[in-house]
Formats: sequence, C-alpha cells, structure tokens
Amino acid sequence: MSDVACCRLPVLGITPFNPVNGDTRFFVLRLPRPSEPAWWRWRPGQFVMLRPDSFGLELPWGRPFCICHVTDGCLICFFQVLGRGTRRIAAIKPGDMVSLWGPLGNGFAMEADTPTLLLAGGMGIAPFVGYVNVHPKIWNVTMLFGHREIQEYYPVNNINEFIPLDGFLEHGPEDLQLFVDTVHERMRLCAEQKGLVLACGPLPFLRTVRDFARALKVRTQLSLESVMACGVGACLGCVTKTDQTWPVPEKRGRPVQICRDGPVFWADQVVI
Amino acid sequence: MDLSVTLHGQTHDLVLKNPVLTASGTFGCGLEFAPYGDLKSLGGIVVKGISLKPRDGNACPRIVETTGGMLNAVGLQNDGVEDFCIAKLPLLPWRETAVIVNIYASSVEEFAALAARLNGEEGVAALEVNVSCPNVSCGGVLFGQDPALAAAVTAAVRKAAPSKHVMVKLSPNVTDIAGIAKSVEGAGADSISCINTLLGMGLDLRSRRPILVNVVGGLSGPAIKPVALRCVWQTALAVRIPVVGVGGIVNSVDALEFILAGAHAVQVGTGNFMRPNCAFTLAANLPAVCAEYGVKSLEALRNSNFENAPVQGVCVDLSERS
Repeated sequence: MSDVACCRLPVLGITPFNPVNGDTRFFVLRLPRPSEPAWWRWRPGQFVMLRPDSFGLELPWGRPFCICHVTDGCLICFFQVLGRGTRRIAAIKPGDMVSLWGPLGNGFAMEADTPTLLLAGGMGIAPFVGYVNVHPKIWNVTMLFGHREIQEYYPVNNINEFIPLDGFLEHGPEDLQLFVDTVHERMRLCAEQKGLVLACGPLPFLRTVRDFARALKVRTQLSLESVMACGVGACLGCVTKTDQTWPVPEKRGRPVQICRDGPVFWADQVVI
Repeated sequence: MDLSVTLHGQTHDLVLKNPVLTASGTFGCGLEFAPYGDLKSLGGIVVKGISLKPRDGNACPRIVETTGGMLNAVGLQNDGVEDFCIAKLPLLPWRETAVIVNIYASSVEEFAALAARLNGEEGVAALEVNVSCPNVSCGGVLFGQDPALAAAVTAAVRKAAPSKHVMVKLSPNVTDIAGIAKSVEGAGADSISCINTLLGMGLDLRSRRPILVNVVGGLSGPAIKPVALRCVWQTALAVRIPVVGVGGIVNSVDALEFILAGAHAVQVGTGNFMRPNCAFTLAANLPAVCAEYGVKSLEALRNSNFENAPVQGVCVDLSERS
C-alpha cells in the first residue's frame, strides 16, 4: 500500500449517461490514470476517494467512488447524483481539479477457472464493468442485473461486449420476485458447479443474496457500501460487525472498517 | 527557520521537531496515513483514543458531514491498550517523532490504570488525557465539565505516569474554559490541548429522525475554528503551561493563527479526512508561509500582543477579557 498516494488531477470529462428526457442523474467521470505503481495492480471492486476543489471548506469529506474501469490512460467512475456532494461533482467541468486517493480496499476474488456468477443491483453494476474487462477466462462468467431505471442509464454495453447480461427491470413487486427467483436458481446452479458468486448493490439485495448463499452453501462475496469520511480506516464511520467465522479470532463479533477490511467481504464473515 | 518547539511542562518537557501534530480520532494509530506522507516529518502523532479494554463504539450511522465540518459519535471504538502497545506502537517511528497517546476512561481509577500501563512504554512520549468523557461513578457528569473532577483525573494520571509528559485535552462545552484550565494546571498537567469537539446534532426532515444513532455528536472541522481560537486565547492567558491548539486547522495559515492566539503547537484533525496528506502538506508548507507573513519565529508570533491592536474593520470586541 506504500505506493498509494493522494494526488490532484484535472478532470478529463464528465458525461451524463444516455440522458432520457433531459434526466441527468447518472454520470461517467473520466480522470487521468494516476502514475503511482498501485494503479498497475488495481483490482475490480476497489474504490477511490474523490474530492473536487469546488467542495472548498463547505464539504469536508471526499466521496467514495467504486472504480468502474481503468484503462492505460484513464480512470473511469460511474455515479448517480444522490446528495449535495454528488450534485456538485456532477457540475464540475473538464479541467477542474480534484483530489484523489486510491485504489483503496481489497477488491473481488477472481478465479480464472471457477464458474463465476455476478449479481448486480442498480448502481452495483459499476465494479463489474472492470471485472469482465480483466477476467482472463470470461467464458466462465455470467451475470444478472436487477434495476429500477431503464438499461440506458447504466453502462450495460460495456458488459455486453464481453458476456451476455440478463437484465431485470423492476416496475413492481412481481418483477422483483422474478429477479429474486432467478437469482436463487442461478445461485443454486453455481453451487452445484462449486462456483463463486459476487454481488454488489443495495443492502436489502445483499441480504437476500447472503441468505441464499447460506442456504445453498455457495461461496459468495458481497461488496458493502457505506458513508465514509476518509476511506483509509481512520474515521471509523463505515464499520460493519464480523461474524464468528472471521479469520482473525480476536476480531470476531467486533467492528471492522468497510474501507480498509472491505469493501468486499465473504458473505458468511460479516453481519449485515 | 527553526520550527522546533519545546512544550515546557511542570514535570516533563515535550520536544517536537515542528509544531504540527495530528488530532486524536482523525489519524488512526498513524499507520493508516503512512502511504500519504512521511510520519517522521510531523512534530508528533496523537493516536486514536485508547481505553483499558477494547471498545466497539456506537451503532452506525455515527458520522455525518455538516456544512464546514462533521459530527461524530463513534463512541471511542478501539482495540484496547494492550493491542496498541504490542501490535501498533512498535511499527510507529517513535524514535524520530513524538507519539502521544490519547487516553479515555470512565473512572479516575481506570485513568490511573491506563496511565500506569503506558508509563512503561519507551515509545510513548506523552499522554493526552481526554476529559470529555462521562464519569460513571458520578452519574455520567463529564470529567472535563467540572474543575474538581478534571483536576482529580489529571492528578491521578500525573501520579500513575511519573515519567511521561501529561497533556490534558479540554472540552469547549463549558462556561469557563479558563477555570478548567487553571484546575488541571494546578493538578500537575504539563500542557493543555484545546479544543475537543463541540456538542451538536443533525436531523433529517424527511424521516423526522436524528441522523446519528446516538442523536448528539461532536462537531469538528473548519466550522469550529473561531470557537477554538477563542478557547486557545482564553486558555493561554489563564495558564503558564503550554497550550496546543486544535479545531478546524486545515492549512499553514490556520496553524499560524492559532500560534498567534497563544498556542505553542497545533493539531490537525478533520483536515486529515479532507485529504490524507493534509497534515504532511501543512508541515511542509509552514516555513514558506512563515516567510510570506514575515514570521521570524513562532515565539515572536505568539508574543505579538495582538489584542492591543485590533484590525481595522473587524467588529469583534476584544476588550472583555476574562
């Protein structure tokens, strides 16, 4: 981690994601790829802390952004405007300066020869863009995507380039049930194949996946989201409690930081 | 320019290579920030508050961003003093820079036990006593809000840690901070740091609920800087021991303002969350900013006697000195 640094970078571009009817809540943010060596070893599921100069003294915290993808010259994040921080980030212009530190956290497991099922809910699609880009044997990977907005709001094309994406648009309870039933069925198949399940999305979705993982006994990782002030393990604002299977005995049943010990956890090792 | 500082205490001096420390609770145990700067370049590292036994802290949400600051009700989550001494302290560059351990307890006896445990640790340069915690044997009254209780804790730590510099961190949530400062000085404190967080709260209109599970929490960040400056000024006028300024310091100009107010050193707190290299950058920039503002020495700046020369146009009545 010693080569992770905090740097100031100019924004390369910020683009509303396929706006429909002028709705601009979903954005792609492009930054220059930082030069620190850690960026050559980034892993899908890791995140960055990003704080534009325009926050001034008014908004002290940076914002945690999942890394969507990293190319040779570019760091790409995907975000939705939810509060005053993301609203202000959405208003920045190319050339505006941001402070950025990362890559942070641990990232998802990647086992080339293991059948791997990706489960995304809404914005939880973001880390899987990078995942399918860098997976060495992509034919072993499949994906389900549940979402409440139409697919044009999400970077589905970047996934579809590599694997077929089964999308589930949720209009009502019956749609949600269909998605949940499909998740269960695909996790059951994955369990039979001794596969790996990776999930990212809202907490209720992750709890459902966790319950299925327990019942089906399939190895499953969950990417947890939280409010964070620092992203480096100091503010203690993003903790989750560990379960009795946590690998460090003295930390069992105690809080661990999502930013430092996660954000990706084995489903049976944390209490959510 | 020599930026080294000696905090001349009543029992022990604390020598700092520069006046820039980190504030407890915002810098982890220090190691979290090692990727973002050279820990040895800091004047000192004040580590996250430590208790005798591990503490899990409060339920989440326990932090919230506010305009110009943040509220926290973390509840002093920590892994306990033994874990710190065995697993963390050996990894810190304590031979090159001062490691100051912030200590937290819920009784005078527990403070003494904690101080005694740390007294034998060569790597610990000083103890910072957090008196902004409830005394369970006195119905939860905060030690730092009662001059006698604050003095009792200070005296107990002083006695239990005879080989350490004892710094007492004062709460701003009092009517007369100078009175509390005099009490802890009288009880043997070597220095005072101020201020701890201001008590505040945040509400969510949509849910009609408090944002923090704990309802109330400590406010920190640039928003509290004017309060912190006032408290440092009043404290420095009231006591002879050195004062360390804390509260909303995010750059070198802020730091020098605190020294102008009477502080010997400063602590960077919430600024570490704004950018993880904040304290390192502040320390590195200090000589240049001193030059820019014509500061020949920190001591000269501290003795500027500014209260007799109000800046034109600043509508603050400084005549009501306590």
